[in-house]
Amino acid sequence: MLTTAITISLVLVGAAVGLTLIRLALGPTMPDRILALDTLAIDAIALVVILGLLNATALSFEAALLLAIMGFVGTVALCKFLIGRSIID
Amino acid sequence: MIAEAIASLLIVTGAAFVLLGSIGLVRLPDIFTRLHGPTKATTLGVGAIVAASSVAAYAVNGDISLRELTIPLFLFITAPVSAHLIGKVALKDAAARRQN
Amino acid sequence: MSPRPDSFGRRLLPQPVLTLAIVALWMMLQSDAGGGTLLLGLALGLLIPIFTSVFWPSRLRVFRAGAAVRLVGIVLYDILVANIAVARVVLGNTRNIRPAFVDVPLDMDDAYVATILGSIITLTPGTLTIDIDMDRRIVHIHGLDVPDPAAVIADIKSRYETPLKEIFGC
Repeated sequence: MLTTAITISLVLVGAAVGLTLIRLALGPTMPDRILALDTLAIDAIALVVILGLLNATALSFEAALLLAIMGFVGTVALCKFLIGRSIID
Repeated sequence: MIAEAIASLLIVTGAAFVLLGSIGLVRLPDIFTRLHGPTKATTLGVGAIVAASSVAAYAVNGDISLRELTIPLFLFITAPVSAHLIGKVALKDAAARRQN
Repeated sequence: MSPRPDSFGRRLLPQPVLTLAIVALWMMLQSDAGGGTLLLGLALGLLIPIFTSVFWPSRLRVFRAGAAVRLVGIVLYDILVANIAVARVVLGNTRNIRPAFVDVPLDMDDAYVATILGSIITLTPGTLTIDIDMDRRIVHIHGLDVPDPAAVIADIKSRYETPLKEIFGC
């Protein structure tokens, strides 16, 4: 039962990644693309956690946490750059 | 058995919410409305998926692990900050467009 | 609370709430409640606030745990409601929604607590914090579907701002 649920959710999250990529390609503005990249990072966390569940490994936890931290830092850095044209002030 | 059923339900619900956030990202009309989808739905979706992983680990090993829950905790703290910053960029972007 | 601004206790423990949060987070990350983990967590919880005290604008004076637990309950419930509301808008006819900017007047001076309020607003139904202006004392929010701005303001004030003021005593 769990394997079926994992397969269904992999399909759902995969569709989410596809839709997010459409928004990333369409834009039309810079904040739209940053939002799409941020969402992509969170979708990747979801995928990593689901795959960790499928393979019954605890190693995926560290990868998911790293993705969360890097996604957040990347979003903040991009936004700060666009607001003030400098990342550290 | 029951734990497995709960985990299955949680993981599908979570994945559905993640998909919902991305549908919002594509369907909604402008950047400010688009911000609503991913910040709320995707964050809760990942929370549900991680909770499912925790429940499934309990079903297999029989020990309760709170370690996974640091991921949704981190996301729930950072999602408003990301949304706030992207909103600020969008405001600046809109102002710049009006000037041109 | 100590009347002296730089008493020894205050320098040793500049952010008691932060210390507790770090210890709890450390225990969660190690997934272990043993003595060694607790000791290392306590060391981190004591040292990190001291080394980062330069970055903290103010110190939380009052912290009422009972009211905080109640607010966390309300917010968690509202996050669920928020997602069902977003689901309805996203899957329905997106042309009929009425997005709007609303300025919510703030009733507090602490930038710290205003930031927490802003985060709660972002996570709860139909609203998103765009900017917090402490000079004009307003929170600039964006609503996904706002038929009545006054109702949104009243809702935020009664549901989140009043409990926050009770928790942090400001």
